Amino acid sequence: MRRFSWFNATSLTLGFVFLYLPMVILVIYSFNASKLVTVWAGFSTRWYGELMQNEAFLDAAWVTLQVAVSSSTIATVLGTMAAYVLVRGGRFLGRTLFSGMIYAPLVMPEVITGLSLLLLFIGIGLDRGIFTIVLAHTTFSMCYVSVVVSSRLVSFDKSLEEAARDLGCTPMQSFWLVTLPIIAPAVLSGWLLAFTLSLDDLVIASFTAGPSATTLPIKIFSAVRLGVSPEINALSTIMIAIVTVGVISASLVSKRSVARQQREELEAVKS
Amino acid sequence: MRRFLLIFTPYVWLLALFLVPFLIVLKISLSDTALAIPPYLPVIEWSEGWQGFKDFLSQLDFENFTWLSQDDLYWKAYLSSLKIAALSTLLTLLVGYPIAYGMAQAPDEWRPTLMMLVILPFWTSFLIRVYSWMGILGNEGLLNQFLLWTGVISEPLHIMNTPTAVYIGIVYTYLPFMILPIYAALEKLDSSLLEAAEDLGCSRLSAFWLVTIPLSKNGIIAGSFLVFIPALGEFVIPSLLGGSGTLMIGKVLWEEFFSNRDWPVASAVAVVLLLILIIPIILFQRNEQKAREADQ
Repeated sequence: MRRFSWFNATSLTLGFVFLYLPMVILVIYSFNASKLVTVWAGFSTRWYGELMQNEAFLDAAWVTLQVAVSSSTIATVLGTMAAYVLVRGGRFLGRTLFSGMIYAPLVMPEVITGLSLLLLFIGIGLDRGIFTIVLAHTTFSMCYVSVVVSSRLVSFDKSLEEAARDLGCTPMQSFWLVTLPIIAPAVLSGWLLAFTLSLDDLVIASFTAGPSATTLPIKIFSAVRLGVSPEINALSTIMIAIVTVGVISASLVSKRSVARQQREELEAVKS
Repeated sequence: MRRFLLIFTPYVWLLALFLVPFLIVLKISLSDTALAIPPYLPVIEWSEGWQGFKDFLSQLDFENFTWLSQDDLYWKAYLSSLKIAALSTLLTLLVGYPIAYGMAQAPDEWRPTLMMLVILPFWTSFLIRVYSWMGILGNEGLLNQFLLWTGVISEPLHIMNTPTAVYIGIVYTYLPFMILPIYAALEKLDSSLLEAAEDLGCSRLSAFWLVTIPLSKNGIIAGSFLVFIPALGEFVIPSLLGGSGTLMIGKVLWEEFFSNRDWPVASAVAVVLLLILIIPIILFQRNEQKAREADQ
């Protein structure tokens, strides 16, 4: 007995207007000809052109991409290992500490994570740059990956792994041939999550980046502190467009694969 | 051997890059500020062996914490962070609940789209979402332009660089964290319970209060913690929207470190912030545990 009332319709409409209007305005004003961001002076793609010539932004974007790809890849490997250990690893010395260290970074304020990593890097005399940002990002995003992957590991049927072992697989083979294909969607979404977290991160990167490496969020933050700028609007629009296309296509792909899986299961039952 | 490596690799990574850094913060918070490189004292003299370590220990003290408790600035910053985080959690709940409720009541074929509309902002850069309000809330911003144009107000409202702007920013950016757990709880709700309540003479409104709200309690609690915990240590929102008029501890820590270069005090601020956060974190864990047990 579900009744979709006027109240529901109104709250959904208002809610989504609230969520999306600021971003829509941001996108519209990125095509504004005027330098004054709040005064509309006609349509123009001028700021996109200027953005493409801004070397500092392009360099920062390149650094950000390098950091995001490498940190999310290492984080996915480590996070999947950690999830496997937590769900299937049985008992070992210091298990409580281990699971604590997996969950703690999720709730740790970014300023504290950033500060503590910076003090470590200074303490051991590590030069700050791309490498230290990758270390920092890997550390917090591996915890997110491990949460995503372990929720999938918990829900899947352990007897499949046991069957593979009974049929003569080594533990390694049963992992590569049985476990990994089943948890692959979770591993992939873990990677995507880690990638986005790394792209977005301002606070931890600010602490761990040296003068030699500036990421895009650091660059945006220092520009935005001085006020609204049409170039940042243009940059934001590009980023919003990439995310929107990415999320929508990922959800279409997963919808198709779910449909295919259901069809295959149905056929298996019929035959 | 393989099993050992499997456990060992992530374990050592987290020990070296999570636990050890935190112990360093703890250590530096007990040190004194100094005009040196690194800018704190004492430093362990490894060359002097055990004696050097003992000397080092004897020089640690709680001076920075005493300093924190005596200086008004820090008290005010912690209290105002707590107040801002608590109030904006409540506001997020008030805004988020009707949306989650509407999603749960919506026809089945709408749901995937509605879900995606809630999740999409979560994937969009946090910084950009906060920035998008700067053009709206400013004195010559779009909100003031609109309100002046419609004649609701005759003078521009000062929202930017006030706590109000921070509330708006937190509600806006953390809204998906509130909606999703509440929606998950409401979706599981058995609608025959509502029918039963109405058959027994409840009005729709009282059925909502007596059945729907209590049964979505776990979602409400989880959503509130997911907003409150990160909001407490928030840095980006107060520094972009709050201006100098808003005091929040994340910003104080940042300035203590980057502007004043006072590492020991910054570390002490971090330790106290973590001590404050432990209580809501434990409560949150307990709530999750209970919800999981109830599911089984």
